[in-house]
Amino acid sequence: MANGNQPFVQFKNVQKTYDGEILVVKDLNLDIENGEFLTMLGPSGSGKTTCLMMLAGFETPTQGQIMLGGTELNNVPPHKRGIGMVFQNYALFPHMSVAENLAFPLEVRKLTKAETEQKVNRALDMVELGAFGDRRPAQLSGGQQQRVALARALVFEPDLVLMDEPLGALDKNLREQMQYEIKHIHENLGMSVVYVTHDQSEALTMSDRIAVFNDGKIQQLAKPADLYERPDNAFVAQFIGENNRLSGKVTAVNGTGCTVEVAGNAVQSLKVNISGQGDISTLSIRPERVQLAPAPGSLPNIFDAKVLELIYLGDHIRCRMACCGDDEFIVKVPNTHSNTSIAKGDDVRVGWEIDDCRALDA
Amino acid sequence: MAAITENDGLMRAADGTPLKQALARATRMNKARAFLLTTPLLAFILVTFILPIGMMLFRSIEAPEVSEAFPKTVAILEQWDGVGQPSEEIYASLAAEMADPENRFKLGKAGTRLNYIESGFRSLMNKTVRRIKRVDAGPYKEAFIKIDKRWGETDTWKIIRLAGDPYTYRAYLNALDLTQAPDGNIVAQPEIKQIYVTLFERTIFVSIGVTIACIALAYPISYLLATLPSGTSNLLMIFVLLPFWTSLLVRTTSWIVLLQTNGVINDILVSLGIVGTDDRIQMIYNMTGTFIAMTHILLPFMVLPLYSVMKTIPRDHMRAARSLGANPAIAFGRIYLPQTIPGVGAGSILVFILAIGYYITPALVGGQDGQLISNIIEYHMKKSLNWSLAAALGGILLAGVLALYWLYNRIVGISNMKLG
Repeated sequence: MANGNQPFVQFKNVQKTYDGEILVVKDLNLDIENGEFLTMLGPSGSGKTTCLMMLAGFETPTQGQIMLGGTELNNVPPHKRGIGMVFQNYALFPHMSVAENLAFPLEVRKLTKAETEQKVNRALDMVELGAFGDRRPAQLSGGQQQRVALARALVFEPDLVLMDEPLGALDKNLREQMQYEIKHIHENLGMSVVYVTHDQSEALTMSDRIAVFNDGKIQQLAKPADLYERPDNAFVAQFIGENNRLSGKVTAVNGTGCTVEVAGNAVQSLKVNISGQGDISTLSIRPERVQLAPAPGSLPNIFDAKVLELIYLGDHIRCRMACCGDDEFIVKVPNTHSNTSIAKGDDVRVGWEIDDCRALDA
Repeated sequence: MAAITENDGLMRAADGTPLKQALARATRMNKARAFLLTTPLLAFILVTFILPIGMMLFRSIEAPEVSEAFPKTVAILEQWDGVGQPSEEIYASLAAEMADPENRFKLGKAGTRLNYIESGFRSLMNKTVRRIKRVDAGPYKEAFIKIDKRWGETDTWKIIRLAGDPYTYRAYLNALDLTQAPDGNIVAQPEIKQIYVTLFERTIFVSIGVTIACIALAYPISYLLATLPSGTSNLLMIFVLLPFWTSLLVRTTSWIVLLQTNGVINDILVSLGIVGTDDRIQMIYNMTGTFIAMTHILLPFMVLPLYSVMKTIPRDHMRAARSLGANPAIAFGRIYLPQTIPGVGAGSILVFILAIGYYITPALVGGQDGQLISNIIEYHMKKSLNWSLAAALGGILLAGVLALYWLYNRIVGISNMKLG
C-alpha cells in the first residue's frame, strides 16, 4: 500500500475542537510506519482518543489532513476506510453469537459462505476460542469477550487496527497475559496497530514507539527505552516510570552538561531542555540510578541524605530520603547483603552520574 | 452453622434439619411481611377489578329470566319432541304461570329476554298475559291460539325452550353477528343486523394503524432523546410527557378546534388558496379524526419504552458496525434495529391494547363511521340495556387482547419487554 518514502499513516497539522473554544488536539504531526505498533499514551483528556477517533472516521479534524497509504482520509466514511477497531467495552453485538459477530464484517464485504466460515474459524482459533462460536457474548467472561473483539477487528485482515484502551476492563493478571497475546498476534500478522492507553507499563511492554500525549500535543515520540531513559521534558519524565524531581536554577552551562543549584547544592547534570544560564530547571533522576554510599570522588554528584522511610518490596527496598531539600527523594536499593543494614533515621550519602541526571524544563 | 452432608445425600444445617427447610424457616418471616404489605393492593384489585369483571363476564352467559318466570313450563318443554304443536298440558302450565300474581315482575324480564331472540316476542307476551288471565278453564291451546296465532307455531315454543336454559352462549353469537335459529342451529344474522364483526374489524384495523403510525413517529424522536446530551434530551422529554399532564378531554377538544371544517387547519389551507372555500376538507367526525387524535394521545406510550431501550444501546455498537465495513443503512438494520425490538414490541403491545379499547376519543371526534367497538359496548350498557351482549362484546375483546399477549410472549418473549 504505502510506497517506499511515504509513511503508512500520516497526521498533517491536525487540529480538533469540539466547542470552537478549546483545542483538544493542537497541531498534531505524526507518521506511522507500515507494520508498526504505535501507542498513544497520556492522561485522560490529553487528546489521544480523539486522534484515534479521527483516524477511524468517527470524528472529523477541524483543520489539517489525515492520510492513509497515500490517500487523504478526511472525506472517506468510516466503513470505507477498512480499519479494524477494538473498542474499550468491546462493543460486541449482543443479539448475535460469537461466530455471527465475527462473520459480520465478512458478510458486509459479500464474501461467500464458505470463505466466511473458514475465516471465522481461523480467527476464533487464533484467539483460542474455537469452541465458543455458538455462544452469545453475554455468556463469555471479560477476557473471552476481549478476545472476540480482537478477533472481529482482525478477521477481515485490515492493514491497520486501532485499539482504544482494550484492556482497561480486565483484571491485572489477565491484562498482562493479553498484552503478550496482542503483541504476538501483531508480530505474526504484521499489520499496523495504533493503541491508545493511559497505562504506561502497557505502553512500554507492547509498543515499537510511544507517542506521549498531554494537553493536546505529543510531548515525545520515541522508542520505549528512549522514553524511559531519555525523557525530553519534565512531563514525560514524570509520566513514564518513577522519577525524582529536583527543582533548581541553572548557574553554568558547559558543552553537553550544566550545573544546577538545588537548595544550595551544585548538581552536575546533562543539559536536555534548558535554554541557558539563569533558567529554572527540573532535574530528573531515576530512583534505580541513585547509588548508595559511593566511594568519595567516584561520582560527580555525591550528597548527604537522611533515611525517612523504608518499604520492603522483596527484590528491592524502597527508601524515601531527604536529599537536596527534597523530602520525597526515592532510592531503590537492591536487596543485597551489604544493603540490608540501613535503618530509618540513618544519615547516608547518595550519588549519581551526570548522564543519569537530566536537566529538563521547569 | 456448618452444612453437613449425611448418608441420605441431603445437605443439612448444624442442628440436623435439612438445609432447604432451615432456609425456608429463616426467610418465612420476611416473606410473610412482604406479603402482608401487598395485601391492601391485592384486596383492592380483587374488589375493584377482578370481581366486577368476573361478574360482568358471567352476565354474558347467564339468562335466568325465562326459567325463573316459567319453571314448570320450561321443565315440561324439555320433554317435548319439537314436532307440531305442544300438548295441552304445556299450554295449561304456561297459562297458570302467566296468571300467577307472584310472577308479575318476572314476566316483563322474561319478555325482554325472549325479545332478544325474536323481536316482537315482548308484545306477544304482554298481549297474552293480559288476556289469558280472563280465561278460566281449558282447553288452553285454543285460547292461546285465539289470542295470537303465533302460539300455534312450532318455532314460538322452540324459542321458549331455547330461552329456558339459564346459561347460554347466545350473547356471544350475537356479538359475532350470528344467531340461533329456533331449532337450535347457528345461522348468520340477517344482513341488516350484522354490525359487530365490521366494528371489531374496524377497531383492529384502526388499532394496527395507530400502532404503526406511533412506531413511525416515535422511533426518530426516541433515538434523538437517547442520543442527545442530557440537558437537551430532558427538555425534549418534557415535551413528550406534556400530553400526560393535560386532560384527555382538553387534548381531544383541541383536535376538534384544529380539525373541524371551520377550524384552524382548514382556515389556513383556504387562506393559502390550497383548498377552495366550498370544499374544505372533512377531517373530524370521521375515521380521520379518530385516527389522528388517537395517534397523538397514544404516542407517549410508544416513546417511553423505545427511549428506555435505546438508552441502553452503547454508541460504540454503531461505530463498531461502521468500522467493520457496514454502511449506515446496514449498520442500522442489522445492529441497531434488532436491539430495539424489545422496545418496539413493548410499545406496540401497549399502544395496541390501549387503542383496541379506546372509547372517549372516538366518541368525541369519531362521528358516525369513526366509532369503535367500545362505543357500541357503551351503547348496550347505557341505552339498550342489553348487558349480556355488552358483556359478550367485552369478553371477546378481552379474549382478543389475551390472545395477542400470548402471541407476543411466544414471538418476542414477555421477559424481553422493557417499559421505561
